Amino acid sequence: MSLHDTTRDELREIAGRYPEARSALLPMLHLVQSVEGCVTVEGIETCAEILDLSAAEVSGVATFYTMYKRRPMGEHHVGVCTNTLCAVMGGDAIFERLKDHLEVGNDETTADGKISLEHIECNAACDFAPVMTVNWEFFDQQTPESAVELVDSLRAGEKVQSTRGATITSWRAAERVLAGFEDGLVDEGPAAAGPTLAGLEIAREKGWEAPAPGGGAGPRAANGADGAGGTKTAVATESPEQAAEEADTSRAESETKAAESPADTKGGGSDD
Amino acid sequence: MTDVLTPVLSKNWGDDRAWTLQAYEDQGGYQALTKALSMAPDDLVTLVKDSGLRGRGGAGFPTGMKWSFIPQDDSAAGNKPKYLVVNADESEPGTCKDIPLMMASPHTLVEGVIIAAHAIRAKRAFIYVRGEVLHVVRRLQAAVREAYAAGHLGSNIHGTGVDVDLMVHAGAGAYICGEETALLDSLEGRRGQPRLRPPFPAVEGLYACPTVINNVESIASVPSIVTGGIDWFGSMGTEKSKGYTLYSLSGHVKRPGQYEAPLGITLRELLELGGGMREGAELKFWTPGGSSTPILTAEHLDVPLDYEGVGAAGSMLGTKALQCFDQTTSVVRCVLRWTEFYKHESCGKCTPCREGTYWLVQVLQRLDQGQGQPGDIELLLDLCDNILGRAFCALGDGATSPITSAIQYFRDEFEAGMHTPSSELFPPVASTLFTPVGGAA
Amino acid sequence: MTIEATQGTAEAVELITLTIDGVEVSVPKGTLVIRAAELIGVEIPRFCDHPLLEPVGACRQCLVEVPDAGNGRGMPKPQASCTLEVAPGMVVQTQVTSEVADKAQQGTMEFLLVNHPLDCPVCDKGGECPLQNQAMSHGRGESRFVETKRTFPKPINVSEQILLDRERCVLCARCTRFSEQIAGDPFIELLERGPQQQVGIADDQPFHSYFSGNTIQICPVGALTSADYRFRSRPFDLVSTPSVAEHDACGSAIRVDHRRGKVMRRLAGDDPEVNEEWITDKDRFGFTWTAQDDRLRTPLVRNEDGELEPASWPAALAAAARGLAAADGVGVLTGGHLTAEDAFAYSKLARVVLGTNDIDFRARAHSEEEAAFLAAHVAATRLTVTYRDLEKAGSVLLVGLEPEDEAGAIFLRLRKASRNGLTVRSIAAHASRGLTKMNGELVATVPGQEAAALDAVQLEADSVILVGERLATSPGAYSAALRLAERSGARLAWVPRRAGDRGAVETGCLPSLLPGGRPVADAEARADLAAAWGVESLPSRVGRDTTQIVEDAAKNRLGALVVGGVEVDDLPDPARAREAIEAAFVVSLEVRENEVTRAADVVLPVAPPVEKAGTFVTWEGRLRPFDAVLSLPASLPDLRVLAGIAEEMGHDLGFRTVAEARAAITETGPWDGQRTAAPDAPVPGAVKLGKGDVVLETWRQMIDDGRGQDGQDKYRATARPAVLRANAATLQAAGIEPGGSATISNKTGSATFPAEVADLPDGVVWVPANSGTNLRSINAGHGTVVQLSGGNA
Repeated sequence: MSLHDTTRDELREIAGRYPEARSALLPMLHLVQSVEGCVTVEGIETCAEILDLSAAEVSGVATFYTMYKRRPMGEHHVGVCTNTLCAVMGGDAIFERLKDHLEVGNDETTADGKISLEHIECNAACDFAPVMTVNWEFFDQQTPESAVELVDSLRAGEKVQSTRGATITSWRAAERVLAGFEDGLVDEGPAAAGPTLAGLEIAREKGWEAPAPGGGAGPRAANGADGAGGTKTAVATESPEQAAEEADTSRAESETKAAESPADTKGGGSDD
Repeated sequence: MTDVLTPVLSKNWGDDRAWTLQAYEDQGGYQALTKALSMAPDDLVTLVKDSGLRGRGGAGFPTGMKWSFIPQDDSAAGNKPKYLVVNADESEPGTCKDIPLMMASPHTLVEGVIIAAHAIRAKRAFIYVRGEVLHVVRRLQAAVREAYAAGHLGSNIHGTGVDVDLMVHAGAGAYICGEETALLDSLEGRRGQPRLRPPFPAVEGLYACPTVINNVESIASVPSIVTGGIDWFGSMGTEKSKGYTLYSLSGHVKRPGQYEAPLGITLRELLELGGGMREGAELKFWTPGGSSTPILTAEHLDVPLDYEGVGAAGSMLGTKALQCFDQTTSVVRCVLRWTEFYKHESCGKCTPCREGTYWLVQVLQRLDQGQGQPGDIELLLDLCDNILGRAFCALGDGATSPITSAIQYFRDEFEAGMHTPSSELFPPVASTLFTPVGGAA
Repeated sequence: MTIEATQGTAEAVELITLTIDGVEVSVPKGTLVIRAAELIGVEIPRFCDHPLLEPVGACRQCLVEVPDAGNGRGMPKPQASCTLEVAPGMVVQTQVTSEVADKAQQGTMEFLLVNHPLDCPVCDKGGECPLQNQAMSHGRGESRFVETKRTFPKPINVSEQILLDRERCVLCARCTRFSEQIAGDPFIELLERGPQQQVGIADDQPFHSYFSGNTIQICPVGALTSADYRFRSRPFDLVSTPSVAEHDACGSAIRVDHRRGKVMRRLAGDDPEVNEEWITDKDRFGFTWTAQDDRLRTPLVRNEDGELEPASWPAALAAAARGLAAADGVGVLTGGHLTAEDAFAYSKLARVVLGTNDIDFRARAHSEEEAAFLAAHVAATRLTVTYRDLEKAGSVLLVGLEPEDEAGAIFLRLRKASRNGLTVRSIAAHASRGLTKMNGELVATVPGQEAAALDAVQLEADSVILVGERLATSPGAYSAALRLAERSGARLAWVPRRAGDRGAVETGCLPSLLPGGRPVADAEARADLAAAWGVESLPSRVGRDTTQIVEDAAKNRLGALVVGGVEVDDLPDPARAREAIEAAFVVSLEVRENEVTRAADVVLPVAPPVEKAGTFVTWEGRLRPFDAVLSLPASLPDLRVLAGIAEEMGHDLGFRTVAEARAAITETGPWDGQRTAAPDAPVPGAVKLGKGDVVLETWRQMIDDGRGQDGQDKYRATARPAVLRANAATLQAAGIEPGGSATISNKTGSATFPAEVADLPDGVVWVPANSGTNLRSINAGHGTVVQLSGGNA
């Protein structure tokens, strides 16, 4: 297989979208996958050539991200979340059942080339656990039985629709969307469903809503947390000027990732 | 006293075709933008600063203050282009609030982006969204396209002379890219490994230019603050944790889902709203804000879920991802699985995280299999001590949280791992949703 | 304790005072804690840290406690001292005084060893391994890790020369950072992630870098090894001797490791003024040329049957003396590889014993203009431009010089500077890979038209102009370079290709120049030198240059030649040179057999640099003396042999040892009288090309067919492919497809290369000068007009 001029043109088009062309590498690799079925040597070299990088630099990127595949993929990518919550709620059982049913191991493709099965990490749909994906479309609240039905439908070429998304196309078509080329399916599926609306529905039932703009009662009572500030000093307790120094000192070792506390944000903070 | 639930971001999620510009504008969308464009950028920064909005991505850093760090003077940095980057790489296990938000109402985020970009004088903005959520990527792409067509994006927005370009950029599968400097490297087309700080992104971020990186929910909250004002925003939440936020309830609960409430609500209150734990179940342990936040137990049901309250309880508010596990669940199994996740997602840059998670997994595996050895618990704790605060970024720290907190509350289960497999103590089938509690295998 | 900034006394340096382990220390602002600690004698263990690489803070081995960041508050977490800059009043506690730091370091060390194979007994690095050493000094006695180690297939080739053992790798990223930051060859990269992260290359693109060997040296474990050295010896069996590399004019410091009279490997020396801590692969791997089968071990004299036969030293010296004395005129060709002491001996032999100025070191294309340039601007100047000056310059203009191929240490310095904002420009026909890596600007110029290009360039006074020896083939270029320097105030330096070139200029191995920059034509200078040498007079007629010597020898107008270190195919007209060495009585001083020795009447084996002391003079004019690495009494330096010939001819050169020759050079001293006038050659007009004609741009690639690289097949396999570059129109005009065969030819011969499209001016092609074909063997060189055609000749 080799990359057609159209693909090369599209790769260059992606590169042209960014202030600095190298930023385009991730979407470009998505496009390579959509055309080649995985990240090929030729794809790597083509991206390298367009972005004036070495093939090693592109390989370093291509091998860092789990969505880039080194082996040809099946028509559909089926993901089963086996991160802790989904696993406990049934993801492990679903994955085992699918391995048996499809006669493949993790990250393998069925003999008919239809399905590549992979256990995936948390896909941000925990309130729909156990969660599966097909070509990165959500299939919520699955059971081993529903999972088997799903893959059988896919293998049979039947029309399958995501529980919160569009009609399933193919893994390659999905990769093309991720490369930044819309596929016209945006209006399929609901805005939200099930658990996403849980709080909203309860609020409606109870007649609860946010205060009207301009109004509002005072802050909620601190609910017994008054003494809480003692152990860790929140940034917000300090003056803005002071906090600015804290947060942007020349010597703070690390800011925070998702779950670091404000106190840790101060980290190695110090003012100069 | 405000209502228990206060839908603001989620208010329109049930609307017909809520993701479209038409639907969004029909319910008042983009009016905040009009107001914001009439304001001086510095006044917007002050507004958001004074509102008390704190980052909803987990760290809780004051959003307005972050904006104010962008140099706007005549310095070398001040003269560079500025960038706004939205961190939509929602990947922290248990966390599932930004994805439904962007799926249902992408324009809320887009409007927030335009306002924030105006505030920090950024002419270019990016939404870095994880790649594994195809339909969300579609909705974002379409929203951006529609916003351009409506003149909300592009040059001379609404005739005010303000220019903002916005791009949706799909990631490719790497939890570490939620770390803001790793995200920047990734957005620059590199391996998503965290950067050394200093320099800080506010001074040298994307393309070595001043950059603000904000979580989706933080940016999406901005339009409501512009419209509602700081008093309105502050009328919700607690003194130091102001406003409303999305709580994501998941696990062995009757009614999992998104609950938008003022900061400071308790898990007990949230559970009660949805009818509690699943039939016959009792809460065993839970995470307040994703797997990187130390677990809590039923004794913490009344901890106010704000930054201070959860901190005082020995954990962190994090992303408000409330994963609730019942008595059928093996703590050791959960901790092992989380640790496997951190090992899989460790970027490899620094030794403690790369090698530490590799080692921890092997120790936990044998405990999970009932083949633990005397001293394994002490070994786990000591390895965690050698990782926590020694790793390059917070991923390593986060990897230790489930382990140390689980040992703190459930040491006996780890001790049982010296002789009995977790699957015997806690048959996994009992934990699944398709088996009623107490049901047969 | 206080240290001064390492450079520039004139520059005020702000000092920061902090306390480390209770000791107050003042260091320049910006110093990293890890280096400040070294000043009080505390070595904090480290792996990823390297003073010449950007800090990365990845390995976390150098953690220290900071109870006071300088603001009265402590840092809550241990800090990586390799990324932490000092601050006034900062208090640092290293492993020496802090239990927290000590535990943090031990913890990291233990983690590093988790997946390390502990195969030290069979590892090349064992005995000189930072991981091994620091594990002993800072680690636990025993590992608690009893689980399964990560394994990889044992070593993989990242190039023909370099092997990677991924199990040993601690992922410090020194090698990948070196390749990207220093060499600009990012062909090895970190691949995969997490515990699977590993160094690797892309499929189909090996780690071909002229500087790749440095990664072996800076690897803190035995992950990177060279195919040549692997399993050859143990560090503790080796004797290390500092020396100076002999492959270019850079004077790079090297360390030669040898065992029982045999060199086992060479490493970069550490010289901040010259090569910092880097050397080229040529300097690292190019040492086996002295140990080839064709090495001359004994003198040879041609017998009555016309055969060369072994002879004793006295017999050979006598035969040489007899032949030279009998000849009607002697020319001396010295090549460019000699030490300054040896070159001095040839120079003095010519003037004092042979009574001639017919001496020329330029075994290559040369010109009168060049000789005048060297006399006027180069000889007897020292350090007018240095490596550091390159870094500080406002801009650097290259003319006829391709530093990456021809002067690696200059290239690395320029690249480093370019990353800090230096503008590099090059007058050349195309933007080379080296220029691209320096982010340089091309002043596109047809070869031969450099003079006009120089006249058109504008420079600021803080600029530096570096001219290469190729300009000898570009009429008017040296003159124009001098004009540009004069006009702009920029400084101008000459960068020759060979290690002995500059020393040969200084010692007068030129027909118009005597030692110390004394012009032959200047009676006062001659008298000055005669006085210094204690001779009555010196020959006053300006001598013949290489071309004339060869020509006259071929025509029997010169009866004898003394040739030292010359390859026939390097000479301007090899065919004519062959006739010359056939016709004349030839005394050849060589390390190895070659065309000259085979044609010579007396062959006198001499020592390569590794077996003798000597001095190379860098392009800057910096003296780089070195001692013999191997002590072999039978291996004689040229000067000792020449002294013997002189004695046989009834003269005393005044020295018989390197030390004596050094003293003699010092005594001779530089000329402080009138320098000769700068050349003022006219700017040539454009060359008119006939149908099928093209102009050659050419230089030698670093890794090529040069004999100094013999015996290093694996290193040679990393050479850049020999290709012909031209623009699409030029190729098309000759009917050549990109990738197809392209042949350049003239009436002497032809050479064929695969064609590659590059941005050259119409009618100009680039080919390498000595990769596959030595272009001189077909009388072609930079600026030569040849025919271009498709296919093979």
